[in-house]
Amino acid sequence: MRILCARTKVVPVTARGAARSAALSEVRLPPSTSAPGPPALELRGITVTFGGITALSDVDLAVTPGTVHGVIGPNGAGKTTLFNVACGFVVPERGAISRRGDRLERLHPHDLAGLGMARTLQGLGLFDRVTVLENVLVGADRHARTGFLGSLLGLPRAAREERELRERATDVLDRLEIGAYAARYPASLPYPVRKRVALARALAAEPDLLLLDEPASGLGAADMDELGDLVRGLVSDRAMSVMLVEHHMDLVMRVCDEITVLDFGRRIAHGTPDEVRHDPAVLAAYLGEEVD
Amino acid sequence: MATALRRGRTWWAGSVLGRHLLVALLGLVVVVVVLESASDFRNLQLASMAYLGIAAGGLTVLTGLNGQISLGHGALMAIGAYTTALLLDDRDAGTPLPLVVLAAVAVTLLVGAVVGAAAARLHGPYLAGATLALAVAVPGIALYFKEQLGGEQGLRVVLPDIPTWVLDLAFFVTGQDLTRSRYVACLAWLTLIVTFVLLANLSRTRVGRRWRAVRDDEVAAELAGIRLGRARVSAFVVSAAAAGAAGAMMAITVRLAAPSGFTITLSLTLLTAVVLGGLGSLGGALLGAALLTFLPQVVTDLGVDAGLSDIQAAELAPLVYGLVMVVVVLVAPAGLVGTARTALLRRRLQRAGTGTSTSTSTDTAAPTSTSTTSKGTTT
Ligand SMILES: Nc1ncnc2c1ncn2[C@@H]1O[C@H](COP(=O)(O)OP(=O)(O)OP(=O)(O)O)[C@@H](O)[C@H]1O
Ligand SMILES: [Mg+2]
Repeated sequence: MRILCARTKVVPVTARGAARSAALSEVRLPPSTSAPGPPALELRGITVTFGGITALSDVDLAVTPGTVHGVIGPNGAGKTTLFNVACGFVVPERGAISRRGDRLERLHPHDLAGLGMARTLQGLGLFDRVTVLENVLVGADRHARTGFLGSLLGLPRAAREERELRERATDVLDRLEIGAYAARYPASLPYPVRKRVALARALAAEPDLLLLDEPASGLGAADMDELGDLVRGLVSDRAMSVMLVEHHMDLVMRVCDEITVLDFGRRIAHGTPDEVRHDPAVLAAYLGEEVD
Repeated sequence: MATALRRGRTWWAGSVLGRHLLVALLGLVVVVVVLESASDFRNLQLASMAYLGIAAGGLTVLTGLNGQISLGHGALMAIGAYTTALLLDDRDAGTPLPLVVLAAVAVTLLVGAVVGAAAARLHGPYLAGATLALAVAVPGIALYFKEQLGGEQGLRVVLPDIPTWVLDLAFFVTGQDLTRSRYVACLAWLTLIVTFVLLANLSRTRVGRRWRAVRDDEVAAELAGIRLGRARVSAFVVSAAAAGAAGAMMAITVRLAAPSGFTITLSLTLLTAVVLGGLGSLGGALLGAALLTFLPQVVTDLGVDAGLSDIQAAELAPLVYGLVMVVVVLVAPAGLVGTARTALLRRRLQRAGTGTSTSTSTDTAAPTSTSTTSKGTTT
């Protein structure tokens, strides 16, 4: 369905997304009020054990299209493991993963890009010996069609595609205001810029589901605010869905539409930021930590 | 204005083949001029520089761009050389030379695919060990199959007669008759140019970008949709194909394929050339090959001039060679070409940095970042 938004820009959005962008700044609708399409990502009954440790036990999570879904929990709660399951790095013992209602039988990390999913890594994982632009070009690789022969012979088609990719990557860098660093090597850049490069690389794939692993760690207050605005912008302007692991509660509460709380590998709460904030189980899990 | 400049740069960077062909054409002119004026002896030397350069070019792609180390490239050259020797066993063999070279490349490529598939699962010392085993095994195979592969003596390579049109063309271009040494040198350098253009094409486009991504961060590369195994195997196969071409050129240059030519020393020599020149740089590989070919000779001559006996002078060469290696690793760890490029880049960034922002120039001045960064770039 296509509708005309107030921004005079035609964007495909779901019914919920439309309601969202119209009502963005006023109220945040609880996710259950209107009928959403199939979840952008659904994890059902996920159980993972490492040796004797149960890292995840029967965890359910569904990312509603066009929303930000936060995953929080104390250290060792299983958040990263859940992300790794969603990315195919960890195969769950039990449980099912679906994307837009389609069951993914055996998910491999290299399938992710093709499924329209992109993930940023907690440790950045930038390619350090190539330029910032090349980093983003790798992110845009899923739009490339050039085969080995085209590359080997430098066929005109390959050259044209290369130019298109470069323009695409340059645009993403400009959008994140780091275009000036395109020719630099990541190791020479300040940490907040590197974080943006990692985000730019993920965005260059133009995913419709973005998985962000602690995107705010190491950022100052100003950078964190900008990050929050950016994430909201991705959802409202580009109809993206976002899954977010984060330790900074103020950011989580501000940015997320829905939150899943994990503790000792179990889902102990789930709901809107307000519901979660006042949930007694959450308060107990975070005993001694500040929730907001 | 700034955007126009950037678009222009984008176009230049995107026009991969045009740029590489231009460089290749210039290279061809230089090669013709140099070979034409060089003596027969020098021509053979230049031919051996060319085949070492081809193999080093393949290796620098594997090690520099994809991060895989190989101590077995000498053995891959042997496979190319023996294939050539088997096809050129007498004067009436009849297979056209280009086909012989292609066959040598194809056979080596197949072996490379098998080795590469095994290598893709191995890392660091294990990979080094596995490829070392290859370097030891291949000459052993040649010794074992005495009947077919000539044992210790090896196989003689009979170079077919130079086609008349080549002779005519050479006379037309250079005004003198083409000797066999010059012919061989021309073939080797032509092969080098073609190989380097193809390798540079790969390096500068999607395939090379994926290789680098896998080298730098496997997890992030996989998340970008890259299949690690495929990327590694393809890098190994490409590198092996180059080694096969190098082996073919070596066979027609030295007119022999024998186990003594493909000892582990050859593999180490190639690795040395790559490290000296700068990992991942084709220009560096060529420079490394030049040093390997000419440095011993130059040093020996200097030693004799300085009044040393022939034997003493000959002993000087490995010493100087080792010293050069140590100095390069200490002073220019990114290799000769790599370090030069880094210095250039830093200068350019500093010049740009003074105009735009102060943080730019101070960041680049950090030595850790700049010394490691340009290793992965090519051409
Ligand atoms: N590969 C592994 N092998 C063994 N145990 C693991 C592995 N990965 C995670 N675990 C264990 O599983 C549990 C959950 O870990 P996980 O990293 O998912 O927690 P987390 O919520 O991301 O914690 P943090 O907030 O500290 O990042 C922990 O007890 C951890 O020690
Ligand atoms: Mg974690």
